[in-house]
Amino acid sequence: MSPQLSLTQIQERIREAAGRGLPLCIRGSGSKDFYGNAPRGEALDTRGHAGIASYEPTELVMTARCGTPLAEIQAVLDRENQILGFEPPHFGAGATLGGCVAAGLSGPRRASAGSVRDAMLGAKILDGQGQLLAFGGQVMKNVAGYDVARLLAGSLGTLGVIAEVSLKLLPRPQVERTLTFELPQAKALEQLNRWAGKPLPVSASAWRDGELALRLSGAGSAVGAAAQKLGGQAMDAAQALRYWDGIREQSDRFFAGAAPLWRLSLPSQAPALELPGAQMLEWGGALRWLRASADARASESVREAAARAGGHATLFRAAEKTRGAFAPLSPVLARLHRELKKTFDPAGILNPGRMYPEF
Amino acid sequence: MGSALPEIDFQRQKQVAQALREFLPERSVLWEQEDTQPYECDGLTAYRRVPMVVALPETGAQVQQILKACHAMGVPVVPRGAGTGLSGGALPPGDGVLLSLAKFMRVLRIDPVARVAVVQPGVRNAAISDVVAPFGLYYAPDPSSQIACSIGGNVAENSGGVHCLKYGLTVHNVLRVRGYTIEGEPVDFGSEALDSAGYDLLALAIGSEGLLAVTTEVTVKLLPKPEVARVIMASFDDVEKAGDAVAAVIAAGIVPAGLEMMDKPATAAVEQFVRAGYDLEAAAILLCESDGMAAEVEDEIARMKDVLARAGATRLAVSRDDAERLRFWSGRKAAFPAVGRISPDYYCMDGTIPKKRLGEVLNFIGAMEKKYGLRCPNVFHAGDGNLHPLILFDANDPDQLKRTEAFAAEVLEKCVQVGGTITGEHGVGVEKIDQMCVQFGAAELEMFHAIKRAFDPKGLLNPGKAVPTLSRCAEFGKAHVKSGQLGHPGLPRF
Repeated sequence: MSPQLSLTQIQERIREAAGRGLPLCIRGSGSKDFYGNAPRGEALDTRGHAGIASYEPTELVMTARCGTPLAEIQAVLDRENQILGFEPPHFGAGATLGGCVAAGLSGPRRASAGSVRDAMLGAKILDGQGQLLAFGGQVMKNVAGYDVARLLAGSLGTLGVIAEVSLKLLPRPQVERTLTFELPQAKALEQLNRWAGKPLPVSASAWRDGELALRLSGAGSAVGAAAQKLGGQAMDAAQALRYWDGIREQSDRFFAGAAPLWRLSLPSQAPALELPGAQMLEWGGALRWLRASADARASESVREAAARAGGHATLFRAAEKTRGAFAPLSPVLARLHRELKKTFDPAGILNPGRMYPEF
Repeated sequence: MGSALPEIDFQRQKQVAQALREFLPERSVLWEQEDTQPYECDGLTAYRRVPMVVALPETGAQVQQILKACHAMGVPVVPRGAGTGLSGGALPPGDGVLLSLAKFMRVLRIDPVARVAVVQPGVRNAAISDVVAPFGLYYAPDPSSQIACSIGGNVAENSGGVHCLKYGLTVHNVLRVRGYTIEGEPVDFGSEALDSAGYDLLALAIGSEGLLAVTTEVTVKLLPKPEVARVIMASFDDVEKAGDAVAAVIAAGIVPAGLEMMDKPATAAVEQFVRAGYDLEAAAILLCESDGMAAEVEDEIARMKDVLARAGATRLAVSRDDAERLRFWSGRKAAFPAVGRISPDYYCMDGTIPKKRLGEVLNFIGAMEKKYGLRCPNVFHAGDGNLHPLILFDANDPDQLKRTEAFAAEVLEKCVQVGGTITGEHGVGVEKIDQMCVQFGAAELEMFHAIKRAFDPKGLLNPGKAVPTLSRCAEFGKAHVKSGQLGHPGLPRF
């Protein structure tokens, strides 16, 4: 295990690397090493800069350092009956807050409670020259300066080492109940979109193998009334916890095996895609997982199908990602990305290539 | 504050107007002073400048041509929506083109199944909810100017409203912004999916005050209309108790649909105006709304009533029907015009603070009232800590105007000092540009300028707004203080 670096030491490492033009691979526990293009560069361990800097339950805000384990944050929130609304996947026992924000991945509650980016209120970063910069703050509404804090969510560490973040929290719902329905995919999509247009307390949805699971969250009265309206089969509470854990952490049987896993982010009402391989739905139809064949030509067809449907496809887990993990950008967006990258990291040393090969 | 005297370079004006007339009809290019004068200010009337040329395009292609022409000639461009902004973000350029998007008024598409509406930037905020109401849907962010402000301006400012604690800001409710770069290239930020490949440029574009790109189309998320909404009106005999009650509601695990506070002077002003039946004896009034399914609202209202009573509310009233609910809200929504009736002028601030510091900040404002000899009623988005103190003054008295500016500056700096921000939802514009020097250090301000250059290397799009130059901060003399050290050590001070 590498030594625990303080923020000052991390800063020195960045300055030194920038001076010599040596790439750094920013890394917490490594739980998301699989995500994006292959990491390269010398490892820069962020776990030494850890701990919850402040937590005010009545402000619904927590500020914590990048190396803080997500599990620790959740344990602290648990005591106050609060949650991270975006229900982040950990993908490993040691997952850190920094990695969670850098990856920008949200879990089952995303469609109803918002994403990592939606919860970001402020951030401190070390940019590619080792400057410590603070953006946003610890309040819900703040329009002073560009919203750099939200830009960092999902930036894969390419804009800076995310040193500290302030997040908006939510109260834990009083009651959760999961219902299941036997439905083919097309019917599930239709239902999910119809339900989403009604004031129902749906907090998560997942469909696979002809079974749709719907989680309701909120006041007991609301959940009870909605469950009555919706029908379906009630899932046992303990089983429901395991089920949503399995979806979020991808330990569910759908994710077993070595076939490449694609993540398709689409408008929720997009019809079921005709692609070879098993599919799973989440987020009311706005997130679709595909277990495709390992054939390189399949890459093009998955990306094309996603683009035609108005979204994009990410090669999420695969042994081989030579065609790139992320959908290519339009020329104008690609230029803006390059310019922004240069702005934050002029020496191009922070996680180079992790998002796109050209930066 | 700004002067109205035009200092127009007439030769340049002619050249630019002629260049635009190459592809725009006569009605779309204004340059005579009687035509351009109405554009001299936005909702912040203290700052005025007559634009050199006003362009009123009607199509995206025309916007593109205008931008290309201006970019080629090196002419500054300032986009403008409905002109209701409160920070001077659409203050025109004396040497450039004011690009009005007022003619972009069409709702392009409503998809009730996908729950999105695609609208042009000139569509009014409230008009979106009106047009989708038949589908049982609405657009959640509701700034108090919602009957007049346009969605393009909401995108520029990341507008909030009274329901944003539960439903979020513009950034949480917009899926895609489509427009043009300053070079006239078409660009899409976001998509109709919940995320897009690459950096979240949509988050960067929203709230960028028109400095990064020009918006010509906005795709908004629509939400199902709650079955029921009810509001509690609670009186408190002490402002701090009301502040503690807000914390108690949150601590009870409730996120109210709206949570607003008015102090006694604000209540008195609005009661005269709307006759909502507010408690004039109360030191502060809280409006606390619950929405959702009927059973859930009953539950939540009962819980909130209980929390408020235990927090020391002296009177509690719950709306019995929607008419009464709207009446309870009417005063809060009309707070600005109501205050406008009791004073020749008022100056609205927009700081956000951690809620627990409310008592301290209100006491500070009270002390400032005495120091500057000006009254200052307060309305407060209590749930999310966004304060709108309203300084009452008479703009015809230059000394009052000066005192107002100094008063406002001190309050905003206090907001930063307690861990808050100088602007929660109105934007920096030209108004709060000096206070940016207090909130941010030189390195952050430099980064903001660099982000701007990434989108607009020549600095032509809404120049001089939102981010101060470092030399301006040095002149302003109030540098950001970080760990006891001044933020601009290398700069000369005056």
